[in-house]
Amino acid sequence: MVWWLALLWALLKLIIAFLFIFLTALILIYMLRKVMGHMQYRMGPRHHGPHGIWQTVFDAVKLLGKEDIIPDGIDKYVYILAPIVAFVPSLTIFTFLPFAPKVVASNFEISLFFILAILGLSTISLLMAGWGSNNKYSLIGGIRGAAQLISYEIPLILSTIGVVIMAGSMNLTEIVNAQTRIWYIIPQIIGFFIFFACGLAEINHTPFDIPEAESEIVSGFNTEYSGFRFAAFYLAEFVNLFIVCALAVLLFLGGWKPFTNPIAGTICFIAKTYVLIFVAMWVRSTFPRFRLDQFMNFGWKFMLPLSLVNIFVTGAIVLVVDKIR
Amino acid sequence: MADEIKNNEIEVDEISEISEPGEYPKDYMEINFGPHHPSTHGVFRFIAKLDGEKILEVEPVVGYLHRGIEKMAESRTYVQFKPLVDRLDYTGAMNNEFGYCLAIEKLMGLESPPKAQSIRVICAELNRICAHEVFFGAMGLEAGAFTPFLFGFKDREMAMHLMEMLAGGRLTFNYFTIGGVRQDVPAGFFKEAKDYLKQFKKNLAEYHELFSGNEIFIKRTKDIGIISREDAIEWSMSGPTLRASGVRFDIRKVEPYSGYDKYDWEVPAGSNGDIYDRYWVRMNELAQSARIIEQALDSLPDGDYQAKVSRNIKPPAGEVYFRVEGTKGEVGFYVISDGTDKPYRMKIRTPSFNHLNALNYVLKNNYIADFPLILGSFDTVMGSVDR
Repeated sequence: MVWWLALLWALLKLIIAFLFIFLTALILIYMLRKVMGHMQYRMGPRHHGPHGIWQTVFDAVKLLGKEDIIPDGIDKYVYILAPIVAFVPSLTIFTFLPFAPKVVASNFEISLFFILAILGLSTISLLMAGWGSNNKYSLIGGIRGAAQLISYEIPLILSTIGVVIMAGSMNLTEIVNAQTRIWYIIPQIIGFFIFFACGLAEINHTPFDIPEAESEIVSGFNTEYSGFRFAAFYLAEFVNLFIVCALAVLLFLGGWKPFTNPIAGTICFIAKTYVLIFVAMWVRSTFPRFRLDQFMNFGWKFMLPLSLVNIFVTGAIVLVVDKIR
Repeated sequence: MADEIKNNEIEVDEISEISEPGEYPKDYMEINFGPHHPSTHGVFRFIAKLDGEKILEVEPVVGYLHRGIEKMAESRTYVQFKPLVDRLDYTGAMNNEFGYCLAIEKLMGLESPPKAQSIRVICAELNRICAHEVFFGAMGLEAGAFTPFLFGFKDREMAMHLMEMLAGGRLTFNYFTIGGVRQDVPAGFFKEAKDYLKQFKKNLAEYHELFSGNEIFIKRTKDIGIISREDAIEWSMSGPTLRASGVRFDIRKVEPYSGYDKYDWEVPAGSNGDIYDRYWVRMNELAQSARIIEQALDSLPDGDYQAKVSRNIKPPAGEVYFRVEGTKGEVGFYVISDGTDKPYRMKIRTPSFNHLNALNYVLKNNYIADFPLILGSFDTVMGSVDR
């Protein structure tokens, strides 16, 4: 292939990923409002189109049209970079998510490892926003985000190792292909729950929305942000929700299985992801928030040992089965 | 008990000692919560000194909602002052009117007819349900769950509809008059009230299912913000906050007024004095209020709903203190009359002010994450703190 063709091809993939992200975020915000609304005896948005489907579009336009406020006395570069640092990792991860066989922008051998590494980057944006805003609430929120990272990141990664042992690969496409006979949620049920809980913590989702606890520290790390920069944080939050649920589907729920056709597979994969997202929204409208120290206890004293036991048992069983064969 | 009080005195001394600089770790952070912080229940402000997430000391600042209601009383007639009473604790307006009207009636040596007494009890208990449902919703928000808020407010809407049928207003009613109530019970009220109570019991079960048994909520509230029995009395707490600490003291039982002794109901009390007990006491009071309303509806007597009182009320010279069980605790009115149609002096005792006094004592050495829950568990209304 000629080099400029390759470049064009890569650019096209990026644009498609970008469009998909925006569309997903808009749909998810609308979905959250409707799901939470109906769970709370409300209707959710009703104006602007049938059942208010244009509401989020209007909101996005409103946010983008707002004045870009940069407060006095801030650490300017950190403050401006923080929303970008929040958003770029989410965009990057999308290029490694396989939607169906061959429907993946970049398919390489250790994609799971790479995605997990990049997913952790978003916490840096919390710290940057917390430090850069020159606001005490923001600072507390940012530090909370960093403290939280330590407690969930390790169980999150360890919970995927059981799957990797069983599939014998770190390539997400291979992992899905290995689930032809049985979805890994059945042998790896513990791993699934740890992954899902830690994944919710990763994206600061209820009940782990400790860095942005609105009743304690106003809005946490994004207190000082408005307009476009706030929109970037908001968008990243919902894109990350999609990513975590998509990863859970790929690792534990058989990805695009039982289909192998690219189009049917993509639809199946997205449908499964949306089911998980619905569960996350259900959690969001039901649970109160953890306290930071309680969450750390939960992470270190419960989830970490459990994930270690899970790895040990999985490894032992795989070894024994191999020996018998 | 003597020892306990002694301990308390030591703690008070400690507060005054550590407010001098130098006692804290050097890098403590001073942070301002309020007056427009989302979970300070209105315009309350406190300055907190933090060591990381831990609260070292808080200093409450009140007065942002001061309207001078007590002073205004001196330039208004007894009847003209009554609507202002609604604005004290605006979530429990009927109970404020209750206290005021009974105080003036006691001063005049007047008793309202039995039907008015029953209607008053129904109103007061409906309003207590409203206020506790606001508490339930606020508690949910405080803990980080949004759904209880909307559940609570949805049901409060129905109770407010019932009171709207009686009084025409929804938040500040001006329904009680000195000597009775302003209007008779309208047609159709009984049926709607009965339907509401039936629905209310289902809702209460739903609240418990959604929120009371939640593992995270229990973890956040058990053994946090403990106020011991002795300290609760020391800080002159009242109402559900006092009862949560194990003191079974309810003015409706101890000094029954307006025929509260006719009804069969219980006073729920906690034992531990933590946030969860304060929550639990209020949730149980909801059920007890429904019980009282049911009985009052069934036994509503016939007759007048107003005693014969002249339009221009001139109580004899003298002074009176009358207290009722408001939604947050003891609401008391101390009135001095000089025989004219305006009170000479009026002092209003509101429970929330006393509860806020203890804030430093309860919040100290807790985490910031606990402050909304502790403050919320007092169910403070700034309108009644600042008056």
